[in-house]
Amino acid sequence: MRIISVLALLLSSFYWLNAGQQSQIQGNIVAHPGKPLIAVPDFRGAGGASPLMTAFNSTVLADLQASPLINFVPKTLYPLQLPQQPSDLVAGVAQPGARPTNPQGNRLSDWSLPPISANYLGIGYGAENKGMLVVFGWFYTSAPNIPALQQAQIFGKVYTASLDEAGAIDAGHRYAADILSQFGGKSLVGTRIVFVSDRTGSKEIWVMNWDGTDQRQITRYRSISTFPSASPDGRIVAFTTYAPGYPAIQMFSLDTARKLPFYNQRASMNAFVTFTPDSKRIVFSSTLAGGAAQLYMSSVDGGSLHRLTSSGYIEVEAKINPKTGADLVDVSGRTGLPQIYHMNMEGANQERLSAGTGEATNPAWNPDGDHIAFAWTKGFEPGNYNIFVMDVASRQTVQLTANEGRNENPSWAPDGAHIVYGSRRSRESQIWVMNADGTGKHALTTAGSNEKPVWVNAEQ
Amino acid sequence: MTQRRRLALTLTSAFLLAVAAGCHKKTTPPPPPPAPAPPPPAPQPAINFFTAEPDTISTGQPSSLRWSVSNATSVQIDQGIGSVSPDGRRAVYPTSSTTYTLTASGGGGSAHATATITVSTPPPPAAAPKQETASPQQILTQQVHDIHFEYDKSDIRPEDQPVLQADAVALKTIFSMDPNFIITVEGHCDERGSAEYNLALGDRRASATKDALIALGIPGDRLRTISYGKERPLCTDATEECYARNRRAHFSAGQ
Repeated sequence: MRIISVLALLLSSFYWLNAGQQSQIQGNIVAHPGKPLIAVPDFRGAGGASPLMTAFNSTVLADLQASPLINFVPKTLYPLQLPQQPSDLVAGVAQPGARPTNPQGNRLSDWSLPPISANYLGIGYGAENKGMLVVFGWFYTSAPNIPALQQAQIFGKVYTASLDEAGAIDAGHRYAADILSQFGGKSLVGTRIVFVSDRTGSKEIWVMNWDGTDQRQITRYRSISTFPSASPDGRIVAFTTYAPGYPAIQMFSLDTARKLPFYNQRASMNAFVTFTPDSKRIVFSSTLAGGAAQLYMSSVDGGSLHRLTSSGYIEVEAKINPKTGADLVDVSGRTGLPQIYHMNMEGANQERLSAGTGEATNPAWNPDGDHIAFAWTKGFEPGNYNIFVMDVASRQTVQLTANEGRNENPSWAPDGAHIVYGSRRSRESQIWVMNADGTGKHALTTAGSNEKPVWVNAEQ
Repeated sequence: MTQRRRLALTLTSAFLLAVAAGCHKKTTPPPPPPAPAPPPPAPQPAINFFTAEPDTISTGQPSSLRWSVSNATSVQIDQGIGSVSPDGRRAVYPTSSTTYTLTASGGGGSAHATATITVSTPPPPAAAPKQETASPQQILTQQVHDIHFEYDKSDIRPEDQPVLQADAVALKTIFSMDPNFIITVEGHCDERGSAEYNLALGDRRASATKDALIALGIPGDRLRTISYGKERPLCTDATEECYARNRRAHFSAGQ
């Protein structure tokens, strides 16, 4: 017994060491030190751009602060002279006699000195050009041993957007995404979140931008429409609606905002769609054979049907591995309370992933297909779910939420660094987003009760 | 559970004792017996009492006239009753408020007394006539009761078998009145499990109930099933009582 636990300890510590050395996308699951320090002084604007720069700066700040990939150096530590363009900067080694505790700011390497100690510096400004907002953004390494400014520049870009607050926010997201992409971050710009909201009085499917802006209603059935999912190409939202009089699957094109044809099996319920990585086939749950709901595969229009499972117990919430397309997880009632199982696309090689205690539901793959986020009642009463992340290979789990109400339905952002989820902290549920290490939680919705968020890839 | 019941029993008995004790304290000495008959007078007839009990009835109900007369050779009550004995009682069924007059005659003269029976207006005949012609929908809502389930379970509990059998009787009545009637068996869950799993669990509850009704002779083609998972709760309190109410198979008229 003791040998086994020691072995487990060794294995787990090996896993964490290993994870720390791998890409940032995995590394963020274990918050690790040594993240790059980034300083971005406020951009200023000329003409019509001037009043918009507050929105731009706060967007950049929020995106960078929310990222687990970097650390943002607080603006209160910055020197008084803030460079705005390359001509404001000089490269080179700090001269002997420079005041390290009060750098002037115009020498790039000043930014690497205490108290700023930044590894990178982002600068820029906004302008109005032909009725458009134009933001110039640069990004430099502030390493002190680089002799020429040109060698220190990582990128310099022009961001054109509409000359209004929405344009400034959009430009801010794009500049922040370009910075984060230097550290393994994938841009979330263009990604959306579909979710369920009852703010009109009945549960309908809604969609919003990834940052919570532009919330729009997709369905208007005044029935129950719920359980959304999205195709990996970002074009189709599938959901379950009672509009036909029983729970049935419906496909909806985000491109054309129209229903797509889908043949529902003759069954008391068809629900819970997951797409293959090529967005051409789906797996869903159906009671078409009678008995408990089982997993079936079909094309996106419901044709070419074949059965995957015959467990005799409830099989729901299949989620196809987005990386491999060769395996899936689902939630099964075969051992009593629902647990998460792993199997191949033929429904074979089934193994239980969750520990078997409590109820484990709502599995969601990360984009790399090696971790699942899920909702688990571990150690709590039935219904008291929290979000956990599991490394599928090692079965190691990390708890991301605690003492913040009922948390469920996690869904990974395409950058693999954020998780959106439903959190019920009062009578009503809201959509929240957090970093994949559990930090930076904030709500995206406030109106009505909102649940079951699914992060949708940018259209491809 | 047993403990709770025992506690309730104890509390109830304590309450009853307290009430009884309270009543006892307030009890006043019994009233003096009815006044003794007046001293025997001359031959003048006397009416000792003439009462109607109860003095207020509704149509069709009886009231009892009671009387006692002394020194009379003839006792008459009007309203078609006629001669009666000096001491007696009679049930009457007035259909409207009526005043009865008793006349006692004797050698010394006569005496009169009256008793009035008030007939209250009859209660509105609301429920009674309709019940005789209850529609299938009324039978469904009044006589077909929910079946309840344990957490994460879809099998019919032994204690719900009598409910199921009564439901089957009522459903047979419905189908005998309207062979085309369709019943939808709705499966519901409490709010604790995931909505996804509960959709499938509610489906199991609905179909288990349907199967049990078929076993009791209900035609399966008259029964449809639908799961609402936890989307249509009866109550939303975070209590076991509320959870238990929501874990149910409910019957509604199908389309």
